[in-house]
Amino acid sequence: MAKKSALVQGNQACAQGAIYAGCKFFGGYPITPSTEVAEEMSAMLPKVGGKFIQMEDEIGAIASVIGASLAGAKALTATSGPGFSLKQELIGYACIAEVPCVIINVMRGGPSTGMPTGPGQSDVMQARWGTHGDHAAIALVPQSIQEIFTETVRAFNLAEKYRMPVQVLFDEIVGHMRERIEYPEPGELEVIDREAPTAAPGEYKPYDASKGLVPPLAAFGAGHKFHVTGLNKAEDGFPTTKAELVAAEEVRQIQKVECEEARADIESNEEYMLEDADVVLWAYGSSARSARYAVNELRKEGIKAGLFRPITLWPFPVKRTAELAEQAKAIIVPEMNLGQMIYEVERVAQNKCIIDGVHRVDGDPLNPGQIMDKVKEVI
Amino acid sequence: MAYDYEKSIRPGKLPHIWCPGCGHGIVMKGLIRAMDACELDREKTTIVSGIGCASRLPGYLDACTLHTAHGRAAAFATGVKLTNPEMNVICCGGDGDGTAIGGNHFIHACRRNINITYVIMNNYIYGMTGGQFSPCTPTGMKASTTPYGNPDPTFDISKLAIGAGATFVARTTAAHPREIDKLITQGIKHKGMSVIEVLDDCPTSYGRRNKFRSVIDMMKRLKKDAVPAKAAAKMTPEQLEGKFLTGVLYHETDKPEYTEQYDALIKRVQEGA
Ligand SMILES: Cc1ncc(C[n+]2csc(CCOP(=O)(O)OP(=O)(O)O)c2C)c(N)n1
Ligand code: SF4
Ligand SMILES: [Mg+2]
Repeated sequence: MAKKSALVQGNQACAQGAIYAGCKFFGGYPITPSTEVAEEMSAMLPKVGGKFIQMEDEIGAIASVIGASLAGAKALTATSGPGFSLKQELIGYACIAEVPCVIINVMRGGPSTGMPTGPGQSDVMQARWGTHGDHAAIALVPQSIQEIFTETVRAFNLAEKYRMPVQVLFDEIVGHMRERIEYPEPGELEVIDREAPTAAPGEYKPYDASKGLVPPLAAFGAGHKFHVTGLNKAEDGFPTTKAELVAAEEVRQIQKVECEEARADIESNEEYMLEDADVVLWAYGSSARSARYAVNELRKEGIKAGLFRPITLWPFPVKRTAELAEQAKAIIVPEMNLGQMIYEVERVAQNKCIIDGVHRVDGDPLNPGQIMDKVKEVI
Repeated sequence: MAYDYEKSIRPGKLPHIWCPGCGHGIVMKGLIRAMDACELDREKTTIVSGIGCASRLPGYLDACTLHTAHGRAAAFATGVKLTNPEMNVICCGGDGDGTAIGGNHFIHACRRNINITYVIMNNYIYGMTGGQFSPCTPTGMKASTTPYGNPDPTFDISKLAIGAGATFVARTTAAHPREIDKLITQGIKHKGMSVIEVLDDCPTSYGRRNKFRSVIDMMKRLKKDAVPAKAAAKMTPEQLEGKFLTGVLYHETDKPEYTEQYDALIKRVQEGA
């Protein structure tokens, strides 16, 4: 039997992916261009016995999501620019308290209200460093409707597995574009549920990392009485200011994502025509679609161009980017911002090749011609 | 025989951080007695707070406890309660936490009439950060950021809760400890959003600056200015000048409770499908 398919919008596909992953709670606040995620969730969640709530603001939305997750539900919120800024304090809370949740950010321009209906990619650094304090970050950047579905499923998996907030960033173009999607059958994509603790009631320590960098999380109401706080804490969950405990916990929370094993699990990239590439287009999200088109056109003109497309933006693909800097004459970073990921590429490339950017913040997508012009200018 | 509070306190968590004479401890004891009176299963009870001296309360109690971010208790609690309506959910925190930074979440939790009991400790001040004025600091009084006297008008928390749609609202003071557990018990048993405002004292950050000679002085004032709502009905406006009402201030049972409404919605959608 042929798979079920449909013509859907990116934001709808995102909500459908969330339901596939077993999401049972959505807390949100409407904002363009992400609103359709909330609308779709409000329609679908009751059907699967889940809960949808429109909160009073984006801070309340992420707060309700963290509360829901602690009560045992897979939980989601979706927002755009200004709302993403408002959520930052509590994204940090989810990091330090280690509460799984998924945050969708359908990116628009900015700062402030900016251009609400135009696309942008200017929140990619905020996704890494938006909340205060040292912390790890996971951010996924799908480029198509099909990929929004699968990456949303993967975001839930990573959130539950690594016990932390996971962000999915796409922009207004893919959020509002319609493409055909083929729905995976139930069971076809892996769906990970959080590991339940084996400790007896009374013995459970929510941050006991003796068996691995990610301690299992109990649900409130499931028999364990425990404490959750945003303060630095010891393995029993209670606040501590003991220097060695504070530092060790912070390091563990970063290591659980950035150790080699976790990176290999979390990182995901697409490579196109890179084998002999002199020029690498390093592009993500909808900009990568223009970049891929540019690669094909450049090849027709005899220029050996290739595309490196991170699907996991954070943690940053350090190893592959460094290798490409050794191989290529130039890495070009097209972004719908005035230069953000390019700095990370520069840092990793360590002057091994030319690095240059192609930028656009006028509300229109980057077009392949612009990217091709830059390539020709550089080589 | 002395009341057994110890069985409700987490082993090894005392002494608490509160200053000698702080009213928050009196409220904690009242909450424990109320939880006992309601026979709350502590494994099925989540106590949620924000940030502040008052918000440190849950950490001492042997239950599921959630110490969130400044002002956000009601919103976190909404997520917990909506996900698991069987859970007993109690919020506690200070006047600043609940009505300034968290005012939006507070009023919307009231509006939804979600079955949460919110115990708000009103000491008229930001105690934890050293005594800056809060929306509840009386006009004219001194705080570290109102060295010339507070120019701001104040919030009446109970009126705010009633206006926003909470269906059980009561007020008492730390000088009336027996009434604290009585009212919290009624609040927990009430189906819907209940708000219990407890006026208490912060000798360290409010009392000293405002020339209260002692904690006893502050307690005496709470006693003197409290008028039971029933008695107030027979008093003239002149007699009520400068006083505040205590006891049950509002109680309504007709308004639907939020999680029940949502469960009914799920049933309707699933049966329609
Ligand atoms: C976002 C944020 N802003 C400010 C603070 C600083 N802060 C911590 S507690 C507090 C006031 C607490 O006052 P209240 O809620 O009345 O509790 P009390 O200490 O008086 O019991 C403030 C302003 C903070 N922790 N977080
Ligand atoms: S500063 Fe005030 S509110 Fe805080 S513990 Fe001391 S007396 Fe209580
Ligand atoms: Mg206070």
